[in-house]
Amino acid sequence: MRRWDSARQARDARLSAASGLMRGKQVRPDDVTALLEAVIRPGDRICLEGDNQKQADFLARALVQADPAILHDLHVVQSGIVLPEHLELFEAGIATRLDFSYSGPQGAALARALDRGRIALGAIHTYSELFARYFIDLTPNVALIVARQADRHGNLYTGPNTEDTPTIVEATAFKDGIVIAQVNEIVDSLPRVDIQGDQVDVIVQSPTPFHVEPLFTRDPAAMTETQILMAMMAIKGIYAEYGVTRLNHGIGFATAAIELLLPTYTERLGLKGKIATHWALNPHPTLIPAIESGWVEQIHCFGSEVGMDEYMRARPDVFFTGHDGALRSNRMLCQNAGLYACDMFIGATLQIDLDGNSSTVTPGRIAGFGGAPNMGSDPHGRRHASPAWLKAGREASDARSGLVRGRKLVVQMVETFGDAMAPAFVETLDSLALAERLGLPLAPVMIYGDDVTHIVTEEGIANLLLCRGRDEREQAIRGVAGYTPVGRARDRGMVERLRARGIIRRPEDLGVNPLDADRSLLAARSIKDLADWSGGLYRPPSKFRNW
Amino acid sequence: MESFTLTHPAATPLAGAGRQAIVGVVASGNLEVLAERTAQPDLCVVEISTAADGFGEIWRAVILDFVERAAPGGVRFSINDGGARPDTVLLRLMQAARALQDATN
Repeated sequence: MRRWDSARQARDARLSAASGLMRGKQVRPDDVTALLEAVIRPGDRICLEGDNQKQADFLARALVQADPAILHDLHVVQSGIVLPEHLELFEAGIATRLDFSYSGPQGAALARALDRGRIALGAIHTYSELFARYFIDLTPNVALIVARQADRHGNLYTGPNTEDTPTIVEATAFKDGIVIAQVNEIVDSLPRVDIQGDQVDVIVQSPTPFHVEPLFTRDPAAMTETQILMAMMAIKGIYAEYGVTRLNHGIGFATAAIELLLPTYTERLGLKGKIATHWALNPHPTLIPAIESGWVEQIHCFGSEVGMDEYMRARPDVFFTGHDGALRSNRMLCQNAGLYACDMFIGATLQIDLDGNSSTVTPGRIAGFGGAPNMGSDPHGRRHASPAWLKAGREASDARSGLVRGRKLVVQMVETFGDAMAPAFVETLDSLALAERLGLPLAPVMIYGDDVTHIVTEEGIANLLLCRGRDEREQAIRGVAGYTPVGRARDRGMVERLRARGIIRRPEDLGVNPLDADRSLLAARSIKDLADWSGGLYRPPSKFRNW
Repeated sequence: MESFTLTHPAATPLAGAGRQAIVGVVASGNLEVLAERTAQPDLCVVEISTAADGFGEIWRAVILDFVERAAPGGVRFSINDGGARPDTVLLRLMQAARALQDATN
C-alpha cells in the first residue's frame, strides 16, 4: 500500500525532534545549531538565503557549526554564494552538491573549491531559471531565510529587501518543507506582512542585524571621460534611435554614466519623456538626478540598495511600496518583468568573442550570473508590440512574407581594455577552458551572441542586427574592438564598408562632440552630489562617505 | 621614457581658424596634447613623449586611425603621455583636433 503523505509525515517528525528547543515558533540563538541538526537530514536540499544583497548570515554561521557526522551531503540550492560560510559548508563536508546563480565576492574561492573537487557542481543558473527549478526538480527541503522583523505567529516583515524570500518560501512551505527565519527583532505587530506566518515554522532573533551589501552604488567621482563618451554614443545611437522607453540597466560605470547624463546631455537633445521612462532596476543612487528631474515614470526593483530606503519611501509615485510606505522588491517578479516587459537590456561584461558571446568567467574566477542572461535574452514568448521592439525586429529580418516579429535590444557596453589592460575582446572565451578543466557539460556563457543586438565601446557602436552572415558579424565586432589584438586583426576595408552601411558608427558619425566627453556633463560628480539631489533622503553607506 | 615623431599625409587641412589648443592633463594613465597649426597643410605631425616604452606599433596604429578619422592637415600635435590606454590617446587627439577647430585664438 503506497503512502501519499510521506513528506508531510517526515516534516512532522523533524519538527517534533526539535520541539524541545522551541517555545511556540521561537528558538534561542544559542540553540539554532542543535535545531538545524534536528530538522535537516543528510542529503537534503537546502536554501540558505543568500542572494546578491541580503544574507541569512546568522543562520549560515549556525549551520557551519553543525556536526558533519550528523549533517552531511547536503545539496545547496540558492541564488547567491556570497558569504565565506557558504563555501565553508563544503570544506567542512556538510554540503557536497551545489546549484546556484551568482557568486560575485566568492568567485575566486569558488573556483579554488571546484578545482580541489570539494563541490559537485550542478549548474550555474540565471535567477529565473533557478527559481523555476525550485518548483520542478530542485525544491528545497529546508529553507533558511532572513527578514527584518517577525511577530510571534511567524509573520515576517522584510522591509525593502524582500528579494528572493517569497519565492523560496512558496516552494518550500507548500511542498512539506521547513522554513526557518532569522530576524533582527521580534515585535508585537508588524508594519506590513511580507510572508504569512503559517508558511514559517521557526523564528530566531539574530544577535546582530543581517548583512546587506551595497552592490549597485557607483561613485560618480570614479567615472571616466571614456565612459561618458560611450554613454553619449549609446544615448544617441540606441536610446534615441529606437525610442527605448522600457529598459533595464546593468551595474557598470558606463550605464551609470548614462543615468547621470539624462538630466543634462539627454535633456538638451530634447529626449525627455521619449526615452527611459519605465524601468526594471535596482534602486541605483545614480538614477536620483533623473528621477528628481521628472524623467522617470516608474521603477520595479529586484531588491533594495543600502541608503536608498528613505528616498524611495518619499517617492511612492515612482517606486512600488507597501501600505507601510517602504519599498517592496521581488527578484523573481522583476526578472520576469525585465524579460517580457522591457525593450532593452544594456550591461557590461568581461569577455566577448568573435560571435558576440560574452562571459564573466576569467582564469581563476567564477562570478556566476546576475540578472543579465535572463534580461539579456530575446524572449520568444513575447507577443506584444512596441516601436523599439518592432524596429529591432525589422532590422534583423530577411523575411519575404511580410511577417515580422520584434527583437529585444540586448546591448553590451564595454571598454576595449578592462582592469590591468585585459582585452575585453578575445578569440576564445576563458569560459571554455574552465568548462573543460572542471568537466562541466556547458561552458558558462552570460549572453549568447545570437541574442546580442549591439556592442558599444569607446570606438563606436556595432549594430549586429544589420549584419548578414558570420563574416560581417565578426568584422563588425572587430571594428569596435579598438587596439586589442582582436581589433587590430580587422579587415580595414570591410570595416569601412560596414561603416558606410551604418552597421558601425563612430562618435563623429553620431554627431558626438569629443569635447563633451567631460565630467562637467554629469548631473552629479560625487556621492555627496547624489545625496544633495535627493534632498538628504539618500543616506550613503559609510564606505562611500568621504565628506 | 621614449620620444619619437610620426608624420602622415592628411586628406584635407583641419577646418576652423584656431591657432593653438591644449587638452588633457599629465598624469598616470592620462596625457596632455598640444595642437598647433604649424605643419604643412597636407601633413599631420605627431610628436610623442611617453613614459611607457615599447608601444611604438600601437602608437602608429592609433595615429593612423586618428588621421583617417579627423583629417587634421596642417596640425602639429605634441603629446606628453603618462602611460594612457590607446583609447584614451585617441579620445584626447580627437578632443585636441576639435578644440583647435573651435578655437578663436
